Amino acid sequence: MQFMLLFSRQGKLRLQKWYVPLSDKEKKKITRELVQTVLARKPKMCSFLEWRDLKIVYKRYASLYFCCAIEDQDNELITLEIIHRYVELLDKYFGSVCELDIIFNFEKAYFILDEFLLGGEVQETSKKNVLKAIEQADLLQESPKKTLSPIF
Amino acid sequence: MALKMVKGSIDRMFDKNLQDLVRGIRNHKEDEAKYISQCIDEIKQELKQDNIAVKANAVCKLTYLQMLGYDISWAAFNIIEVMSASKFTFKRIGYLAASQSFHEGTDVIMLTTNQIRKDLSSPSQYDTGVALTGLSCFVTPDLARDLANDIMTLMSHTKPYIRKKAVLIMYKVFLKYPESLRPAFPRLKEKLEDPDPGVQSAAVNVICELARRNPKNYLSLAPLFFKLMTSSTNNWVLIKIIKLFGALTPLEPRLGKKLIEPLTNLIHSTSAMSLLYECVNTVIAVLISLSSGMPNHSASIQLCVQKLRILIEDSDQNLKYLGLLAMSKILKTHPKSVQSHKDLILQCLDDKDESIRLRALDLLYGMVSKKNLMEIVKKLMTHVDKAEGTTYRDELLTKIIDICSQSNYQYITNFEWYISILVELTRLEGTRHGHLIAAQMLDVAIRVKAIRKFAVSQMSALLDSAHLLASSTQRNGICEVLYAAAWICGEFSEHLQEPHHTLEAMLRPKVTTLPGHIQAVYVQNVVKLYASILQQKEQAGEAEGAQAVTQLMVDRLPQFVQSADLEVQERASCILQLVKHIQKLQAKDVPVAEEVSALFAGELNPVAPKAQKKVPVPEGLDLDAWINEPLSDSESEDERPRAVFHEEEQRRPKHRPSEADEEELARRREARKQEQANNPFYIKSSPSPQKRYQDTPGVEHIPVVQIDLSVPLKVPGLPMSDQYVKLEEERRHRQKLEKDKRRKKRKEKEKKGKRRHSSLPTESDEDIAPAQQVDIVTEEMPENALPSDEDDKDPNDPYRALDIDLDKPLADSEKLPIQKHRNAETSKSPEKDVPVVEKKRKKPKKKEKKHKEKERDKEKKKEKEKKKSPKHKKKKHRKEKEERTKGKKKSKKQPSGSEEAAGKPVQNGAPEEEQLPPESSYSLLAENSYVKMTCDIRGSLQEDSQVTVSIVLENRSSSILKGMELSVLDSLNARMARPQGSSVHDGVPVPFQLPPGVSNEAQYVFTIQSIVMAQKLKGTLSFIAKNDEGATHEKLDFRLHFSCSSYLITTPCYSDAFAKLLESGDLSMSSIKVDGIQMSFQNLLAKICFHHHFSVVERVDSCASMYSRSIQGHHVCLLVKKGENSVSVDGKCSDSTLLSNLLEEMKATLAKC
Repeated sequence: MQFMLLFSRQGKLRLQKWYVPLSDKEKKKITRELVQTVLARKPKMCSFLEWRDLKIVYKRYASLYFCCAIEDQDNELITLEIIHRYVELLDKYFGSVCELDIIFNFEKAYFILDEFLLGGEVQETSKKNVLKAIEQADLLQESPKKTLSPIF
Repeated sequence: MALKMVKGSIDRMFDKNLQDLVRGIRNHKEDEAKYISQCIDEIKQELKQDNIAVKANAVCKLTYLQMLGYDISWAAFNIIEVMSASKFTFKRIGYLAASQSFHEGTDVIMLTTNQIRKDLSSPSQYDTGVALTGLSCFVTPDLARDLANDIMTLMSHTKPYIRKKAVLIMYKVFLKYPESLRPAFPRLKEKLEDPDPGVQSAAVNVICELARRNPKNYLSLAPLFFKLMTSSTNNWVLIKIIKLFGALTPLEPRLGKKLIEPLTNLIHSTSAMSLLYECVNTVIAVLISLSSGMPNHSASIQLCVQKLRILIEDSDQNLKYLGLLAMSKILKTHPKSVQSHKDLILQCLDDKDESIRLRALDLLYGMVSKKNLMEIVKKLMTHVDKAEGTTYRDELLTKIIDICSQSNYQYITNFEWYISILVELTRLEGTRHGHLIAAQMLDVAIRVKAIRKFAVSQMSALLDSAHLLASSTQRNGICEVLYAAAWICGEFSEHLQEPHHTLEAMLRPKVTTLPGHIQAVYVQNVVKLYASILQQKEQAGEAEGAQAVTQLMVDRLPQFVQSADLEVQERASCILQLVKHIQKLQAKDVPVAEEVSALFAGELNPVAPKAQKKVPVPEGLDLDAWINEPLSDSESEDERPRAVFHEEEQRRPKHRPSEADEEELARRREARKQEQANNPFYIKSSPSPQKRYQDTPGVEHIPVVQIDLSVPLKVPGLPMSDQYVKLEEERRHRQKLEKDKRRKKRKEKEKKGKRRHSSLPTESDEDIAPAQQVDIVTEEMPENALPSDEDDKDPNDPYRALDIDLDKPLADSEKLPIQKHRNAETSKSPEKDVPVVEKKRKKPKKKEKKHKEKERDKEKKKEKEKKKSPKHKKKKHRKEKEERTKGKKKSKKQPSGSEEAAGKPVQNGAPEEEQLPPESSYSLLAENSYVKMTCDIRGSLQEDSQVTVSIVLENRSSSILKGMELSVLDSLNARMARPQGSSVHDGVPVPFQLPPGVSNEAQYVFTIQSIVMAQKLKGTLSFIAKNDEGATHEKLDFRLHFSCSSYLITTPCYSDAFAKLLESGDLSMSSIKVDGIQMSFQNLLAKICFHHHFSVVERVDSCASMYSRSIQGHHVCLLVKKGENSVSVDGKCSDSTLLSNLLEEMKATLAKC
């Protein structure tokens, strides 16, 4: 996967994750272009489109669009599955997630994504494991002293 | 102190946290920009504080702002500070910010090396995890090289959580630092059998990605993956493995055969659509690769097609889309199996989703046959009428034309039908593709002779109703067809039923509202038409009729003479004069028709679009050479006013008798033909004539078409393509009946015992005889045209570097560098030779390390050298011999100034080398009173890592120089290729002697290990100078300077490949700026091209992109911009050191400008 974008129906970017190094300018250009293209599509249309030499897979959940760019040989359906899995993870973590959760806890959304995907590849297919890792890391964050104690 | 702390924490309470920021932004919808700039100011204040918590909070907010599109690159250093915080809470935020905002251009990124290494080896797995995650987003070649070993160690970490992350990130490391692949691969392979399924799947992922790019290196893993595939139940992993096999099978057909069974089993059993889709895709790929060998897999194809049909029939749009997509892959090799699902695909044309309709259209392209073309196009035509958006309608239009015209109109059995389709398409409102239809009309009318009569009748109808097409609202698009219509009616006017009527239609005042280029064609073709009418009238003896036509022309042409379009005006006034002249002759009862029509005699043959390019350049012809010396500027200025007078003078005595004119014309034609026949440079038109005149022989051999008159040539009324469909059906029915009859007869004959061949009762494509026996005139190609050259393959594939043989045993030299105590400074890798005091102190240590590495490399190289050398020697010997003979021939050459003199011997001395530009690239090496040495260093095109040094020796004394020997002290990095058996210390003989005043050139090959830095080699030329008084032994020391530019080979690069290369993002970047430059940009570019071996990719105004490649395959891209007095050069290169050195060299060159 080359990158993942989350944006609202109003075209506001909510999350972006780039697995290929690009300059900020290029990223902005791509984002603008894709948001426009995807938002212009009618609800009855299929979730795939060809764009430059990539394939775009997107799906809408409530007011949010999840949009991934994959390469020519990649599997569109499994990408949809990845999107769905990520939404499930967010849902589990926040407890029926809504757009505001992601806006206000955007760093958490990133952490979850990072536990799920790494470098554009699926890292952990088990929902349970991902959430376990996140919860433990959060625990570490809230009581950092506790974790230091075993050393002594 | 305590107070300060308290104050700090109170301040913090007033700081905004992320939530406050988000809320704030939402509350300031009107003046968002202002609010955010205010926030950024606050953040800047917060970053100045010592408290790490405050900083982390600030960085967190910045990350959010970055997402909103604000630039936060200025805070890169603060991000690193937060990354190095000891608390996980802050570290996590720091790494997140870095992963979102760092890229290869971020210069502080090299400061992170040690911090990341520390975090990687942290006892807390979450520290390590967060570092790995972050690194995966911003890894650079430098980081990859420095950290590869640490990450490799982590692949064997005790915790699967770390192992799987480490395995995954290795892929990114390989991309950035391909050298790490071989040492890391054994461990990666081990991970395929890791007890933890997560790690295992990560390893599968990585190897699959690697293998997709360079499958041949991974064939040996096939058995292992086969086992995994049959044992794994994880769909995610299965999909990857199957994809991997898809990449491997084209290389190993046996694997394909073995795969078919498990894959078909999976197709049958799985319920996951994604897995099913992957299986089907791979089976298709397998079958494509097998199809040449054994066609016995119709069952599998049938299964795939069936499953795809289910997908297409599904109500889920996504599945429908993918089904069509996969179907189009099958279509390429097994069109028959797809064609039976035509109904389904036609159904998809009615889908609500445009992307699905487009996919279906793609499929149709490959599904047509002679049998169903008319039917399919009919269906498409109804869609054209219904289509709501113009874009989709235009797409339909182009598809119809594509489908019909594919492979040289292979499927069209009835061209009348096709012409009527084209005519129907002209009724489309607001299409952009008028020119496309026009081109088709022209092509068909020219190439299908039998159709001309019909085409002309249709076109004249079009011209007649031109006002419908050219109404002002749709001027731009469809009126292009009038261009074609006018031309066809003019050129083939002999077929016109009512030429007079058409002539009038073309001379209507309304025509002047058409675009200029169309009017021009009108004017020109009006004359052709006029010529043929004249001929008709004269033959019929209707002198009055002829005069009336002339009068019509004289009356109507002036409207074109007034045209604002130059072309129209010029043609019209020219023709008006001609017609007036004819009028005069007619008044005297002179027959003129013959002569007028002679103006347009001759046949136009279609010429293939590439024909011109394919003409081979005759031997000995230099297209760049001047035929006549160009006139100097002053002369040409003098000429101009004279030319004006000249023209005016000529205009007056224009009234010459036209008979003489015609004779003269014919004579000239004849003369020109003769001349062309004798001229070797003229593109001769055989086998079929480019342009011959009516009465010359040779037209006969153009296939003349027999028209089967069972189909009426003209359908009464306006053309309706539907009528043809009906007619066609009837015709086919008739044919079939006849055939059946015949078959029956034959059957009766064969009844007894004889085997029948292939008379299946179904009607196959071949059975359909075309309505007209149409010969399509093939496009002309020049004789002995060169075979078509395929487009060059893209040399810039970023994955090419990973094409590494993994089965070879690992050499010592390939081990990953293990760095223990390095500070961030040295992580920059090899430095430039800048005399900075601090750096000097570090140098010895670094050198030592390098030394060791080099030594190892050297040993390896030696082995290689041994293998290579025999071949080497031969090659060199041959070269030397050639030089010797050349040297003898040219031994009486007068030496002159260094630059010029050097230029000449190159052409003589290096016959195998490519042509050099006129400016010389030879630079002075050394000189004394005896001899002067100049040299040129060039990368070798044949061998990697080799450069050829051409040394020109010039004898400037009165002695004869002989026994010349060149000894060069090899460095660790650069070695001279010596004849076999000679040791490093032996000199290499120069293969010639130099009489007084003579110069000659010798070439030597050097092998260079690392080309990222410039090199200097010391050497000595020893020789014996002999004159009348005796002989002396002399020596001349020199230093060979291998600049980085000399490792570059001028390589042309297309702009799209260039853009792709830049987009790939694998290049590091650097730039320089030079002030005080007066030279013109053009010359500047020429200088860079010449001295640094670049080629210009694209140039826009005072900005140019340039490209070059090193002998070791580094890409170097430049963007050169010229300001008023300065030039800036931005470079991108796959090696940062090479780039910075190159730029330094370039700076030196530019500084001289």
